[in-house]
Amino acid sequence: MNYLNAGYGLKSWLLTLDHKRVAWLYFISITGFFFLGGAAATLVRLELITPAGDLLSSDAYNQMFSLHGIVMVWFFLIPSIPATMGNFLLPLMLGARDMAFPRLNLMSWYVFILGGAFTLTAVIAGGIDTGWTFYTPYSTMFSNGAVLAAATGVFIVGFSSILTGINFIVTTHKMRAPGLTWFRLPLFVWAQYATSLIMVLATPVLSITLVLLGVERAFGIGIFDPELGGDPILFEHLFWFYSHPAVYIMLLPAMGVVSEVIACFAHKRIFGYKVMAFSILAIALFGFLVWGHHMFVSGQSIYAGVAFSLLSFLVSVPSALKIFNWLATLYKGHIRFDAPMLFALSFIGLFLIGGLTGVFVATLALDIQMHDTYFVVAHFHYIMVGGMVSAYMAGLHFWWPKITGRLYPEMWARVSAIIVFAGFNLTFFPQFILGWAGMPRRYHAYAEEFQLLNVFSSAGAGMLAVGYLLPLLYLLWSLRYGARAGGNPWDARGLEWTVASPPPKENFATVPRVDSEAYAYDTPQ
Amino acid sequence: MTRPNNQTTVIVAHQFETLEQQFDADLLGMWLFLVTEALLFSGAFLALAVYYHQYYDTFSAAARELHWLLAGFNSVILLTSGLAVALAEQAADQHRRRLTLWWLSATIALGVAFLGLKGYEYYMEYRAGLVPFLDQPFAFSGPDPHNAMLFYNFYFAITGLHALHMIIGLMVLLVMLVLTYRWREGARVARQVRIAGLYWAFVDIVWVLVYCSLYLLGR
Repeated sequence: MNYLNAGYGLKSWLLTLDHKRVAWLYFISITGFFFLGGAAATLVRLELITPAGDLLSSDAYNQMFSLHGIVMVWFFLIPSIPATMGNFLLPLMLGARDMAFPRLNLMSWYVFILGGAFTLTAVIAGGIDTGWTFYTPYSTMFSNGAVLAAATGVFIVGFSSILTGINFIVTTHKMRAPGLTWFRLPLFVWAQYATSLIMVLATPVLSITLVLLGVERAFGIGIFDPELGGDPILFEHLFWFYSHPAVYIMLLPAMGVVSEVIACFAHKRIFGYKVMAFSILAIALFGFLVWGHHMFVSGQSIYAGVAFSLLSFLVSVPSALKIFNWLATLYKGHIRFDAPMLFALSFIGLFLIGGLTGVFVATLALDIQMHDTYFVVAHFHYIMVGGMVSAYMAGLHFWWPKITGRLYPEMWARVSAIIVFAGFNLTFFPQFILGWAGMPRRYHAYAEEFQLLNVFSSAGAGMLAVGYLLPLLYLLWSLRYGARAGGNPWDARGLEWTVASPPPKENFATVPRVDSEAYAYDTPQ
Repeated sequence: MTRPNNQTTVIVAHQFETLEQQFDADLLGMWLFLVTEALLFSGAFLALAVYYHQYYDTFSAAARELHWLLAGFNSVILLTSGLAVALAEQAADQHRRRLTLWWLSATIALGVAFLGLKGYEYYMEYRAGLVPFLDQPFAFSGPDPHNAMLFYNFYFAITGLHALHMIIGLMVLLVMLVLTYRWREGARVARQVRIAGLYWAFVDIVWVLVYCSLYLLGR
């Protein structure tokens, strides 16, 4: 009797209070959003094969990149790891039977779906062309699209992450098994905890900003509109106060996943556990202090710019510590190159490039050249797709046997990991060069000398599409035909591997007692 | 209906080990939720502070048009409701069902009175032509009416947001009233009333900030 066959029928899923089933609800919905956002990106890349704007009208192009950004950021990247693997694993890793608030957990999914419905309505009812940032005064005064519906959708989905964040924090504080002290927690839990702090502290600021934006657009209540005495830069400050920490909502859980995977496939204790835990918290903290680096050319004070630039450099310190510690974990490890490890290693490489180019754009003087060019586009895709999505794939493959009780086909998974890595670099590395040469982002037509690199980039996007569609096929295939996985197919450590695969409905028959540190790979489980 | 004296054993939700653990978790959850609420309001207060700084004289003049005395009286009503809910918590803690019902009702009545007076205040501002949206004529007589509009936008947005929280709080209190009336398990009711009371106290405190920053600044 496990959580999958504990009940059948739609009702047993849609009204479930089991954190593992809620995780499945999220898995299915964010996969849908991922491919929707991917379809929009495909159209963008198809348009950019030729310099002339011939496939899409400029309006349709604006709507496509806005759709891509809004769906990918708010409906895939932000919920991705916390809402799926976090939901599934957090109670298992803590030795708990469920989240502290199972009903709230289910509610957060319904809120998520409601927000998604609003946003999809916006897309169907005339589209939205503001980009994912909703900058005023364009979004409140000039845009003809369904800004209000899309902003409402994003506002609603914010509450979903607030509820998830509250649930995770309370669960981590109050539901740990006896003996499971803070410094015995897996780094995945630390990452979820820090992410939840950001969700709880930053998302409400986005909510109020969108409320003010909404009342301005709907009732003409001037807040940011310069014609009514308002200040559009204030919108940017408030928006980035959320949206920069949001980058770490996406990235920190990825770092948690990679720590688990690297330790398992190097079969070694993670190097510098405490440094890893504190660097997660440090990134979460610094993340709140750097939002102004998005506004170097928007007219904020030059002194604020200097301060934000320096603070932004600070983020690279804990990030670099993490990379060095992962490498030190690999050193003299018994490394196995299974698919999760391939994805985790691509995370390290791509995140490194994304992070280093982040130092470029955090440099005040350099950013004036780089701002709003493809250099920035390439930089944040290296972080979010190369980093975050690679880690998501790593985690998905790593815990797939635990979640489903089945092994995925290893050969296909390795092929997919390699295609994604190659396709990703082919897509986004040329964009660094394009941006450096001065190609601005968000234009649907461009100068002819940029065509060659754009063709490379579009070809890479095609490879990426194959690389992401493959797992969809073989993972679904493995649900039925995959070999049965035992409780611990990777010989991994951690409470989640001590229960059967798939886990029983109540996770643990008796509450486990923990008397050792995490990653005890030097002792047999 | 007399107070039931045979306390049934309290059922702990399946994911918890003890009732104490469950109560701790619920309380921490509410505190975290209040943190998010505080940050929600903080965004609006931040924007207000920025514009106060920018248009100090205009905003002060506009603030003087508000009915600070009436709103002050209203503040007394709201803070008294805060006292009532605290007493309700105490009564529930002592498992005194009838007294809890009484104090909860008093809290709700005071809350409704606050909203009524607030509505009357809005009506007076509407009559005075101080509503700068919904296609109303704006009849502010002081200097720089253009930027004074901005102040009234904030006034209506922030007090409106607060009123929305009051309405949610009143609904929560009504649920508490029903739960207290049924009185299934004394310990559970006491816990629920305490958590609901926490939310109501937060709404009170936010009002103190609203009152100080909108009505009293510039005086």
